Amino acid sequence: MTNHITTPAPFHRPWHDYLKFSTDHKVIGIQYLLMSFCFFLVAGLLAMIIRAELLTPQLDVVDRSLYNGLFTLHGTIMIFLWIFPANVGLANYLIPLMIGARDVAFPILNAIAFWLMPVVGVLLIGSFFLPTGTAQAGWWSYPPVSIQNPSGNFINGEFLWLLAVAISGVSSIMGGVNFVTTIWKLRAPGLTLLKMPVYVWTILSAQILQLFCLPALTGGAVMLLFDLSFGTTFFDPFNQGNPIIYQHLFWFYSHPAVYVMALPAFGVFSEILPVFARKPLFGYKTVAISSFLIAIQGTFVWVHHMFTSATPNWMRMFFMASTMLIAVPTGIKVLAWTATVWRGSLRLKTPMLFCLGGIIMFLFAGITGIMLASAPFDLHVNNTYFVVGHFHYVVFGTVTMAIYGAIYFWFPKMTGRMYNEAWGKLHFVLTFIGANLNFFPMHPIGLQGMLRRISSYDPQYTNWNVVASLGAFLLGMSTLPFIANLVASAFQGQRVGNNPWNSLGLEWTIPSPPPEENFVVIPTITKEPYGYDRPTDLTAEVTT
Amino acid sequence: MESGNHLPSPSPVEEQEPDNLGFGFPVFLLSESVVFLSFFITYTILRLTHKPWFPPGVDGLDVTRGAINTVVLVTSSGAIILAERALHRGQIRLFRLLWLATISLGIVFLFGQAAEWAGMPFGLDAGSVGGTFFLLTGFHGLHVFTGVCLLLYMYWRSLQPHNFDRGHEGVTAIALFWHFVDVIWIILFILLYLWPVN
Repeated sequence: MTNHITTPAPFHRPWHDYLKFSTDHKVIGIQYLLMSFCFFLVAGLLAMIIRAELLTPQLDVVDRSLYNGLFTLHGTIMIFLWIFPANVGLANYLIPLMIGARDVAFPILNAIAFWLMPVVGVLLIGSFFLPTGTAQAGWWSYPPVSIQNPSGNFINGEFLWLLAVAISGVSSIMGGVNFVTTIWKLRAPGLTLLKMPVYVWTILSAQILQLFCLPALTGGAVMLLFDLSFGTTFFDPFNQGNPIIYQHLFWFYSHPAVYVMALPAFGVFSEILPVFARKPLFGYKTVAISSFLIAIQGTFVWVHHMFTSATPNWMRMFFMASTMLIAVPTGIKVLAWTATVWRGSLRLKTPMLFCLGGIIMFLFAGITGIMLASAPFDLHVNNTYFVVGHFHYVVFGTVTMAIYGAIYFWFPKMTGRMYNEAWGKLHFVLTFIGANLNFFPMHPIGLQGMLRRISSYDPQYTNWNVVASLGAFLLGMSTLPFIANLVASAFQGQRVGNNPWNSLGLEWTIPSPPPEENFVVIPTITKEPYGYDRPTDLTAEVTT
Repeated sequence: MESGNHLPSPSPVEEQEPDNLGFGFPVFLLSESVVFLSFFITYTILRLTHKPWFPPGVDGLDVTRGAINTVVLVTSSGAIILAERALHRGQIRLFRLLWLATISLGIVFLFGQAAEWAGMPFGLDAGSVGGTFFLLTGFHGLHVFTGVCLLLYMYWRSLQPHNFDRGHEGVTAIALFWHFVDVIWIILFILLYLWPVN
């Protein structure tokens, strides 16, 4: 490759550049990552207070209404201010680089979408300081609980919660339009759909889901807000309303939302494994297309969250079957990852460790997911800690592990410096042990019948709860080496070249960190990605 | 990147932006239609499960008024099609005239809607019928209002024809939005006004 560098890229932008309105997708990507990580710490702190309360069977740390607020905001912040924006941040940084574009399709829209997110954060965290406290109806905000307003105040926790969710929805739709248009219209010449990296496929699939399903939640949230504050009765069962409609609208989005969160994680696994196994991604085209299949199937499974609601049997049967079918495209992916690392010469660097750990936890989540898809089993464990354990294996075990892996993997691209490997490994070990100690015990106590969202419990559940709480504290501590490592390495880490991992991804062909317009000459793509069995380059240089 | 030697064509972002809008805006409208769909579904389920739908003494909505509003909006959609054609033919004055006609009809529609709201025999809190009627027409009205603002902005831009030198993508996008608002209204008219009373 020639002609890469015209002006030397600034090694570091001044820190205050990241506090400004910028339309550079790379700056916005890092802004998203930094902001979402701060919220991750906040939501993690809330989780640790919850686990401190659950350390003993009695109610001894917080009162019940604050406890309700803690689990509501823990879930909401983790989902809307950590996992979504962290994924969006990575995608923002990487997608234009991976498809050979100079920026996203709508840079100003991109920046606006980002700056809406701190507003969401202020509304949610600020609601703790209201006289009546924050929202307490859980992250799904089911009516009729969520539309009760005993204080009578117009501005109450639930009101701010709904406003925050609506604003985050607007931001996500802007992001969705931007990503889909960028991937569809701005791919470099020769980058056909079946030459795109799997990560790009997963972002395309996830964002199509976002565009198609999220507006249903927005509609539901608007009606809920009207019920709460303006006297309508859409979901009020005592006054001609029907709360089940809300559940349908909510889950029509919030189940696919799981794939909006998990698909990018699958993309990250598919990018990192071949690099550290030095083997091509097994079954690339099947893996790529399976992302899209997951997205399509994902829109037909939402009622499995409502097996215990007023759901007729035929519907339970249909959604049980459709949910189990999701195992097919996800199974294809797991098979492909396994075959990719099989007999590969593995380099167990930190990103690879997080990927392997994430895949192991995803396997466990998948197994319990199939169990929960089965209506007879779900009727038994619904609303218990078994469900909580399952989705924490998905959202933490799979998605957060993948985000960690991705941050380590692309850190040298973003900063031009390498992180400290020993600290990275320490971070992985603490995270993996902490997460499993924290989330595994939820399965046995769930099977024994311990309900979720309770602040005091029967003493028979004490032992597993103590293990889970200690795991949670360990998990909280595990972020310290991560922060220390990345902050120190960003300023003083060893300088690395364009491509320290010897990866074939297009983003590694340009300087680290990339110059403002990414590519001086837009490359032409001639080969499929992941050609780690051949010593050739992914791109061929052309001039236009 | 100002090094002209390496960049033979203008920045691709600049070059492709209009094309992006042509792809991205319909995608956005598809997404937006799901919000309306969620309202339509809620309305339909509630209406099917509640009889009588209207409060005692109310014999349904004023179909004539609804029909007049429909004619106004459909006519405005026709006007915007003609406006676009005039612009493509380079008849900027005719474009402005037809564009103004669209704006006027949009404002007439909004006044018609406001008058209907003011004379409505039930309010927002009249159970399911009140909530669904005011939310559906209100959310649609908000879109008409947004559309009128966009139309006014584009009219202001058209006063300096060189604004159209690089293409008419903004005009196309606004026209598409206006058609979208029109189609949603026709569905609303059928669901709210033409659904037989009880």
